[in-house]
Amino acid sequence: MAASAPSQVYSAPGRRLSLTERLRLGLNNGRISATLILLPPALILFTLFVMLPLGESFYYSFFNWNGYGVPTDFVGLQNYQRIADHSVFHVAVGNTVKIVAVSLFLQMPLALLLALLIYRKTPTNAFFRLVFFLPYILAEVAAGLIWSFVFDGNYGVSASLAQSLGTEPFFILADRDWAFVAVMTVIVWKYFGFHMMIYIAALQGVPEDLVEAARIEGAKRPQIVRYVLVPQIKPAIIVSAFFAIIGALQVFDLIIPLTNGGPSNQTHTIVTYLYTFGLTRLNIGFGSAVGVILFIVAITVAVFYQRFFMKRGQS
Amino acid sequence: MTRANITRNILRVAFLCFVASFVLAPMLATVFGGFKTNAEIRTSAFALPDSWNWEFYGAIVSDPAFWRYLGNSLMISSLAVVLTLIVGAAAAYVFAQIRFFGSRMLFSYLLLGLMFPFATAILPLFVKVRDIGLLDTYWAVILPQAAFSLSLAILLFRTFFEQLPKELFEAAYIDGCGYVRFFFRFTLPLSTPILATVGVFVFVQSWNNFLLPLVVLNSREVFTWPLGMMQFRGEYVTEWNQTLAFVTLTIVPAIIFFLAAQKYIVAGLTGGAVKG
Repeated sequence: MAASAPSQVYSAPGRRLSLTERLRLGLNNGRISATLILLPPALILFTLFVMLPLGESFYYSFFNWNGYGVPTDFVGLQNYQRIADHSVFHVAVGNTVKIVAVSLFLQMPLALLLALLIYRKTPTNAFFRLVFFLPYILAEVAAGLIWSFVFDGNYGVSASLAQSLGTEPFFILADRDWAFVAVMTVIVWKYFGFHMMIYIAALQGVPEDLVEAARIEGAKRPQIVRYVLVPQIKPAIIVSAFFAIIGALQVFDLIIPLTNGGPSNQTHTIVTYLYTFGLTRLNIGFGSAVGVILFIVAITVAVFYQRFFMKRGQS
Repeated sequence: MTRANITRNILRVAFLCFVASFVLAPMLATVFGGFKTNAEIRTSAFALPDSWNWEFYGAIVSDPAFWRYLGNSLMISSLAVVLTLIVGAAAAYVFAQIRFFGSRMLFSYLLLGLMFPFATAILPLFVKVRDIGLLDTYWAVILPQAAFSLSLAILLFRTFFEQLPKELFEAAYIDGCGYVRFFFRFTLPLSTPILATVGVFVFVQSWNNFLLPLVVLNSREVFTWPLGMMQFRGEYVTEWNQTLAFVTLTIVPAIIFFLAAQKYIVAGLTGGAVKG
């Protein structure tokens, strides 16, 4: 639409330009050369470092290949078969599902509760908002290191507890059953502030008249929350749930300093699984197959989500 | 205020303080831990230090490796931001200003990066970076990072550029200003809010990134700070006070940066929420 504006400057309204005239104008005002100068860098960069590697993931996933030379040992779907049969991969998928569940049923309600308590603009609220958002600012690796200290049975919270109770210290990160509970605690700690901020932004956009009207009608605070505020910020809740799911698929940085996937491979996520069994052992074909599975899950979630939850076409 | 209101407010603040203590305790323990001897950390991890020992912090600050890690990260993140902004804005400008055959298709193509996680293609990316000969260079991190940031950048830029007044371009055009010159002379200077938002977003992502540098950087000379921190942790496994001091020294700039760029970070956050 913008491109038609200059042509109108030259031609009388209503008169259609012939193809040659349009071409001449196009060349004269540099429209074509502008396109040829400004667009290709993005296309090249994106193709080379995003789309091409993605395509190669599919290709490599059919080979048994250590990454050197050219892949020749075609094995068909064998890599996928091995992943499907691998108990550690089942654990990794199970852990990802657990993260999604904890995000949806613990983290998001907590974030919503806090957002409802502090969304109004007062100095006290601004302070708490900042405090709750702090963990989100930290790099995942730093957060992971901090908590691996807190959970260290010789030093951190468990050591203090053990000393006051006079018991043996408990190494939660080395415990098969409890290590992932510890990991999920860190995830809630790290990300609830992010979801809270999304809700706060949405709550501040709810028209004050609506709340006022409900109050005049005699609605109590819990009713206002349930029937006015929450329905009003439903789009924000849907978006934050999307982030929770997509985020769960990508957890990696936190795990490495906390448990590195251990003890006995109980705390892997899909990405740490990919890294550990694909890259550190240079099974490029195998790891690529894990990447393809991750890709398919992510795309499925995105498409499903758009189809059923998000109203398109506002941009 | 009625009495019921006051009680309710007290309960509210009490609850908020409770959550805040849960949030802050690990961070404070980290800051304090850097001042304590290891014996003291063992007995009281969360209390204030008995005496403030500055030597652990001092040792790290006077270690050139620490500054090299930070310098590497700063270099990589800055270049990733510059590259993303220039390349992304140029492409978004074409999509916003110029209609041509296939433009919608190319636009959708460039947005595909929003659909899947970075980790998906990390192995072929590693092979590619190695085959080009970029392993252990800044570019091994910068180029893929900028490429993956392009999708969100182009989406946000295009929306912003389309909202710039059309009359401006018509006026400039009559004065003989072409598309490319208009982009540099008018579009970019008028778009500083969105450039800042996307720039801060890309910078933070790049600064905190761990997976990509872990895969493509092997030499300590080029390590970014998260890699350096993990390396440091590995060297001082039994001395938590060293690691905690290191962590604190990397948190502090992050918090200062956040306080300075708060506006843009929150804007980037809600901007990112639009991406769907």
